[in-house]
Amino acid sequence: MEPRILGQFRAIVGKGLITETSELHTYECDGLTNLRALPQAVLLPTSTSEVQAIVRICQREKIPFVARGSGTGLSGGALPVDKGVVISLARMNRILEVDLPNARVVAEPGVVNADVTQRVAPHGYFFAPDPSSQSVCSIGGNVAENSGGAHCLKYGFTTTHVLALEVVLPDGSIVHLGSRAVDRPGYDLPGIFVGSEGTLGIATKVVLRIVKKPAVIQTLLAAFNSTTEAGAAVSGIIGAGMLPAAIEMMDNLAIQAAEASVHAGYPNCGGLLLVELDGPAAEVEHLMEQVGEICTQCGAWEIRVAQSEAERAVVWKGRKAAFAAMGRISPNYIVQDGVIPRTALPKVLGDIERMSAAEGLRVANVFHAGDGNLHPLVLYDGRIAGQEERAMELSINILRLCVKYGGSITGEHGVGEEKKMMMGEMFAEPDLETMQLVRCAFDPEHLSNPGKVFPRTRLCAERTGPYQPHPLEVAGVAQFF
Amino acid sequence: MGTRPLPHPSIAAVEAAWSDLRTRVGEEHMRASMMEDAVDDVLPHMVIEPGTPEEVADALKIATGARLKVIPRGGATKMDWGNPPRGGELILSTRRLKRVVEHAWGDMTATVEAGCTFQQLQETLAVHGQRLALDPLWPERATIGGILATNDSGPLRVRFGSLRDLIIGITLALPDGTLAKSGGKVVKNVAGYDLPKLATGSLGTLGIITQAIFRLHPLPRESRTLSLSISDSGNMNALVLAIQDCNMVPTGVQVRAGSAAGPEVDLRFEGTSSGCEAQMEQTLGIASGARRIESPADVWNAHSELWSRAEASVVCKFSLLPADLGTFLDSIVEATESLHLAWRLVAQAVGAGYLRLESKDSGALITVLEALRKKLEARGGSLVILRCPHEIKSKTDVWGSAGDALALMKSIKAQFDPAGVLNPGRFVGGI
Repeated sequence: MEPRILGQFRAIVGKGLITETSELHTYECDGLTNLRALPQAVLLPTSTSEVQAIVRICQREKIPFVARGSGTGLSGGALPVDKGVVISLARMNRILEVDLPNARVVAEPGVVNADVTQRVAPHGYFFAPDPSSQSVCSIGGNVAENSGGAHCLKYGFTTTHVLALEVVLPDGSIVHLGSRAVDRPGYDLPGIFVGSEGTLGIATKVVLRIVKKPAVIQTLLAAFNSTTEAGAAVSGIIGAGMLPAAIEMMDNLAIQAAEASVHAGYPNCGGLLLVELDGPAAEVEHLMEQVGEICTQCGAWEIRVAQSEAERAVVWKGRKAAFAAMGRISPNYIVQDGVIPRTALPKVLGDIERMSAAEGLRVANVFHAGDGNLHPLVLYDGRIAGQEERAMELSINILRLCVKYGGSITGEHGVGEEKKMMMGEMFAEPDLETMQLVRCAFDPEHLSNPGKVFPRTRLCAERTGPYQPHPLEVAGVAQFF
Repeated sequence: MGTRPLPHPSIAAVEAAWSDLRTRVGEEHMRASMMEDAVDDVLPHMVIEPGTPEEVADALKIATGARLKVIPRGGATKMDWGNPPRGGELILSTRRLKRVVEHAWGDMTATVEAGCTFQQLQETLAVHGQRLALDPLWPERATIGGILATNDSGPLRVRFGSLRDLIIGITLALPDGTLAKSGGKVVKNVAGYDLPKLATGSLGTLGIITQAIFRLHPLPRESRTLSLSISDSGNMNALVLAIQDCNMVPTGVQVRAGSAAGPEVDLRFEGTSSGCEAQMEQTLGIASGARRIESPADVWNAHSELWSRAEASVVCKFSLLPADLGTFLDSIVEATESLHLAWRLVAQAVGAGYLRLESKDSGALITVLEALRKKLEARGGSLVILRCPHEIKSKTDVWGSAGDALALMKSIKAQFDPAGVLNPGRFVGGI
């Protein structure tokens, strides 16, 4: 990068400019470590105006930029781009305001997810999105990925809990999307921005909705001989008209790994179910009895109900550690993230089992069973020639299977760099072209995290038709009357 | 504007377009308009009723090609919402797209065409004990497409959120004839941009919704309602906040107030009977200063009772922070008292509601509306005029401020509808 530009960046962020190759390596990948690229520079702004000043330079010099939070993403969304810079929001990590009467929190993008809950917990509130990485992942990253977690079955995703954002657009202007009150007149811009994977601009402030902690939380653990039996129990619970806070399922391989790693004390079974109910005490107790009965009818041979915070923590420990635990039973593994209509679960699991056997590769399964979000973990040994490629192929074929059954290629990890070529399997070309109209409105020059999410980039000027907006008009600088 | 004003279409081009439209959707599904088809002071020439999403897309393409401005219409219950259109030659009705395409009850999702009425959808879902957890205005006539385009909601949003929290997939017909899908049939899905949310509340300015997919909820086992009369606005707001600040799970927290009656609060609990009873008890403990009253009949439909046309009136939607509800009531009293305006309001505790103002003096109505809007916008809220005498619409913008994101909204409009054929001028900021 030209010294002239580096000098301008340094004038904005001072020591928050990284150009040493050894230090740049820290930013060469996110949680998807098999994709790596070295950025030209990394900038660590501490305020909205610094972000704005950086983006203005990027805009003027046509330097692509990638916003980054804690770097825990699993789809390569924060992978640096060619000839681009990384803008890390890690130093913008203040909780600016807590408004309990209105249940709102205003946070900078670098605030860690769990810190929001920690801040409001003394008042009986929590921030509902709870990705497994919540102790390190950032609010800005949650916004980019529309992160979910085990409890989004009942409480919704990040998008449910973001009311408004301050955003630096790729042209360097600052805009306010949404409002602290609901239903701001106009297009639902927070709705389109959340989950856009850093391709529409950089959020510099986020107004979050917090939720009152339920009166009672109980978690039931049930052991079945197979995931099919456990799946039948899930159908029974949903069919009985209940909406649990979470329903999680693990297969035997996943249980073995969790046991080897954190000794969660899970029974050694073919299919393990965790069902969490929350709400008023009278309601939860009544419904938990029914959940227990349904599990027993479906073949559960061991049932435990965790009631205290400590007991629940033990039950959840194995599930939350499940991904990392794979390292105990396999040298390498690929975490996949697909979604299927919940009722297709038995068929899809059967298919995965057959595909796994045919490839000679083990697949461990961890799911958010209530909403059909699968996390198959394809295990392999990278030291054996060709095995990584076969594992990749298998994991992609599992996604194809999800699409075939009417599901999605990603439930919460995002498309990023990893899955952009899969978008064409889920959507037709006109669908993808239409989505990119939004990109053209926000970022016509493709500077903000370019090349991600979509398999092909739509050229914003190529739109045919009776009228093509002038770039200045698109940027809001000039208008036609 | 974000879109260039359309040149007048040539007579030959228009004649050719009518002919093409007739051929595409069938003679019997296209007719000349009548007075009741007028939208504010604009009377379109023709009304067409395509029978498939493909026909909708093709009709739009034909209309765009001839520079015909198109006004989408569902059940026609809210055609007076929005600013008067800048013109409109064609009404495109979704009336014939009325199928519930699929109720995947095991997956708790439903796919429904835009012209299906809300009531028809709910009746279909109820067969398997489920519902779309929303209570919009005029469910027997309002269609899914229109409810989405106007982002309508009711008391249930306290527990289940609004449409943006319930919609998971959409099919949109664009002015260039593209039929585009976004989202899908699974509740959890982050593949691509969230166009279902962008379309929700866009008043048909980006494309015509032909189909939507929703997540569903079980019908409640039991339901209990409790109504309380409260001495003043301050105590009312304190009670509403106290209820939200305890760990009960109401499916309705509603405030009713007006110039003729003091504030009343309605609460609804759904679930098991033991759960409902326990929460009713808890509420009465919290609301010790309030007087329990008999709930009026159909109290959860109170928001639709503000719309009778009996007198010269305005109905508007307001939004505010929940803790500002009390001071908002005080502001209404302050603004209306000296001008002798009657008013009634139904608000949901999330901070959204409808306000009806009555007066034969439209100048007084405008004065009050502007005063209230100013107060609401200063605190992050909004006031949108939905139904009013035409005289008021000609003098004020019904939407209020869209803030500093208006240029961005116009860019989005310009991308989706570069010729500006869809509902021109009816939306925020002249979009």
